[in-house]
Amino acid sequence: MVKKSAERIYLSLIFLFLYLPIAVLIALSFNNSKTKVQWGGFTLKWYKNLFSSNSIMEAFWTTIFISLASALIATLLGTLAALGIDAMKKKRQAIMIGATNIPLLNADIVTGLSLMLLFVRFTRLGMGTVLIAHITFNIPYVILNVLPKLKQSSRTTYEAALDLGATPMYAFFKIVWPQIRPGVFSGFLMAMTMSLDDFSVTYFTKGAGINTLSTMIYTEMRKGIRPEMYALSTILFLLALVLLLFMNFGPSARIGKEEG
Amino acid sequence: MSKRLIDLQHITKSFDGQTVLDDLNLYIRENEFLTLLGPSGCGKTTTLRIIGGFESPDSGNVIFDGKNMTGLAPNERQLNTVFQKYALFPHMTIAENIAFGLKIKKKSKAYIDDKIKYALKLVNLEGFGKRSVDSLSGGQQQRIAIARAIVNEPKVLLLDEPLGALDLKLRQDMQYELIRLKNELGITFIYVTHDQEEALTMSDTIVVMNQGYIQQIGTPQDIYNEPTNAFVADFIGESNIIDGTMLKDRLVKVLDVNFPCVDEGFGNNTPVDVVIRPEDVELVAPEAGMLEGDVTSLIFKGVHWEIEVLAHGFEWLVQTTQMHPVGAHVGIRVDPFNIQIMNKPESSDEKAAGPDA
Amino acid sequence: MRNLKRQFLAGPYLLWMAGFILLPVAVILYYAFTTTSGHFTLLNISSIFASIHLKSLLLSLKLALACTAICLVLSYPLAMVLNNMKEKSQGFIVFIFILPMWMNFMLRILAWKMLLSNNGVINTLLETFGLPGLDILNTPSAVVFCMVYDFLPFMILPIYNAMSRIQADIIEAAGDLGAGNLTIFFKIIVPLTMPGVVSGIIMVFVPALTSFAISDLLGGGKVLLIGNVIEQAFMQEYNWNLGSGLSLVLMVFVIASMALMGSKGEEGGAGVW
Repeated sequence: MVKKSAERIYLSLIFLFLYLPIAVLIALSFNNSKTKVQWGGFTLKWYKNLFSSNSIMEAFWTTIFISLASALIATLLGTLAALGIDAMKKKRQAIMIGATNIPLLNADIVTGLSLMLLFVRFTRLGMGTVLIAHITFNIPYVILNVLPKLKQSSRTTYEAALDLGATPMYAFFKIVWPQIRPGVFSGFLMAMTMSLDDFSVTYFTKGAGINTLSTMIYTEMRKGIRPEMYALSTILFLLALVLLLFMNFGPSARIGKEEG
Repeated sequence: MSKRLIDLQHITKSFDGQTVLDDLNLYIRENEFLTLLGPSGCGKTTTLRIIGGFESPDSGNVIFDGKNMTGLAPNERQLNTVFQKYALFPHMTIAENIAFGLKIKKKSKAYIDDKIKYALKLVNLEGFGKRSVDSLSGGQQQRIAIARAIVNEPKVLLLDEPLGALDLKLRQDMQYELIRLKNELGITFIYVTHDQEEALTMSDTIVVMNQGYIQQIGTPQDIYNEPTNAFVADFIGESNIIDGTMLKDRLVKVLDVNFPCVDEGFGNNTPVDVVIRPEDVELVAPEAGMLEGDVTSLIFKGVHWEIEVLAHGFEWLVQTTQMHPVGAHVGIRVDPFNIQIMNKPESSDEKAAGPDA
Repeated sequence: MRNLKRQFLAGPYLLWMAGFILLPVAVILYYAFTTTSGHFTLLNISSIFASIHLKSLLLSLKLALACTAICLVLSYPLAMVLNNMKEKSQGFIVFIFILPMWMNFMLRILAWKMLLSNNGVINTLLETFGLPGLDILNTPSAVVFCMVYDFLPFMILPIYNAMSRIQADIIEAAGDLGAGNLTIFFKIIVPLTMPGVVSGIIMVFVPALTSFAISDLLGGGKVLLIGNVIEQAFMQEYNWNLGSGLSLVLMVFVIASMALMGSKGEEGGAGVW
């Protein structure tokens, strides 16, 4: 009994530590008072200001575009790469997987800086360079999600399909694809989340003209915090909540869990 | 016979409102090889886990060597378990696995080393001490699990379907291995399985369970030759189970034919289950049989033929060394002492209390 | 034959890796070992020994270690509590504890800054109860607190995963062989969760060591980490050679710390999800 309640108290304390800041942010986004601590009544004006601010909305759409585009391209390249790696002999496969891990483990700041040094030699920094940078750090997440699914799907089912007269293309779409689809899907979602969350790499590769939400909040915070940021935080938190709920309890998550 | 070592008294256990064991009474003698046999969900594993201390009964007592040990934790009991999936510690070597229990008991290093050597020899895996767990095959892992348990010199070894994950050939080898171990160690084995052949091969005593109740307790011969109800007859080996009517003592009517038998005391004109083992059905010339039928299927099984004969609307299963081609017209004959008569179960639950062994 | 053809599917990815992973590393190497006029030099590397740089490197190491230690101490018991919960509620509760991880990194810093600032929520609360205010904004403590807040889920998740993979019968077997709760904890649970602990440490230590945004926003210019020094070299002083040299040193530290830990756990970052 004592142990149970101690456990519960511990759980609650960590929960508070994690969520109190978020709760305060959300509360402040509805606070009709410029100072942080006084409750000036309920208002939606920060949300209204948020949506009428050009710079914020532009950063918002840039973020959405970059994360969607980079996740899509990374999913395509990464899935192809996983198929190729899966066909390789053990030794070459190990080298490829090791190399794939490098950008995952490297410090963001170094990834960002080294890409920046490369980009400024050949082109101007902007939307294109941010996109390339995001694709680069996204591909490994896709590969590492698809590869295990390929390993689970036995080679023999593919060969059985060929044996039964299917063309390689037909066999791929009818036999291999259904088996790796959950991995491709979760790879895509993870890539998108990583891209949405990124600050360091974007910061170094974006140049002067554009902003994602992360870099914009960074700039804003250095100047002082506007209440519109609270409203933005609330919206982004809810977005993350929905995305993660979908990933954990949505259709792609269920495939793995139903057997258990 | 030797004394009672473990006594289970009025054990009841339910999970989420579903009764798994209902007032179970059972005793286990010293040096006995006792097998709990039954289909999955019959309560055999729960019984074993209650003896091992992994579950506590809702009511009832577990008496060990005269002492009540109902509330004791597993680490306070003088018995050890061999788990279904071996449960070897993956981060330790084979030797470290075997030494685990001895180190807790603070035995000397020399003693532990001796024991490891002895145990590895006992399970025919000498020199495997330094290997890692995942370098072993399933059968080898199972032997290590046994070695790890027996070095602690338990009075009782609990085995939870230990051969379930092995393939057929290995399983048969391990059966002989277990009998040898049991004889060399001279301790009590409590063995859980759903495999009737395993139970018949190894046990001194078999406890047949179904739906939380003990159906029959007896030696392998008793259980096979004198099943007390249709469930046991059906579960142990193959049987022809036919509806019949006990006309009077020593005479039963089956499929409109009167068969002499040796059973008495069922009363007159009582509906009963009639059990006849396939090897006890004799195929003879049509005119020499008690009833006539036609062979519908013939399968070669090595030692014998397995033949199905349709006679009087019933598909008889027959095992014989004589070949009869499909379509042959044959007679069926059964000796009186090979006919088993049993009462119909009172409910669909096959609810039956176990008679004394 | 068909196998060989399929290997070519990895071609575009290989080209991409060569262009955007290997080439950038080559460029940074080039800058690190040359002067602005393109001559070979080791000064960019050796400048790490300049007292200001050395001080920030040591501070980074110190804060990253502190952050990692706090995360570990908080996470291990939490993972145990989560693992002991009933199956039904477990999935949802674990979900709650990883949700903050998916919220934008910058927003988490923002939330924390607001709590800590002089007229922020914590201080106002303290004042209401007549307690002295907590003046930790713009100090290393504030940076460590925020790092813990940011990176805690990265420690919880791998440890929890490792723990939930321990099969119940392993624990039962240990108990059956005479082990009490303490022995089970130290001889079975701790060694079997080691890979999770190792990847947790890597996933917290590396970003904490290399972070520059947190110290920039919560340190008020007074907490200068090695990340800040590098960022300033690039973005304010435009001294790319020096910045590259220091980046290389930082990379060496990252690789060394991973090699140190990685020899034990093979999972790396990928096993976390």
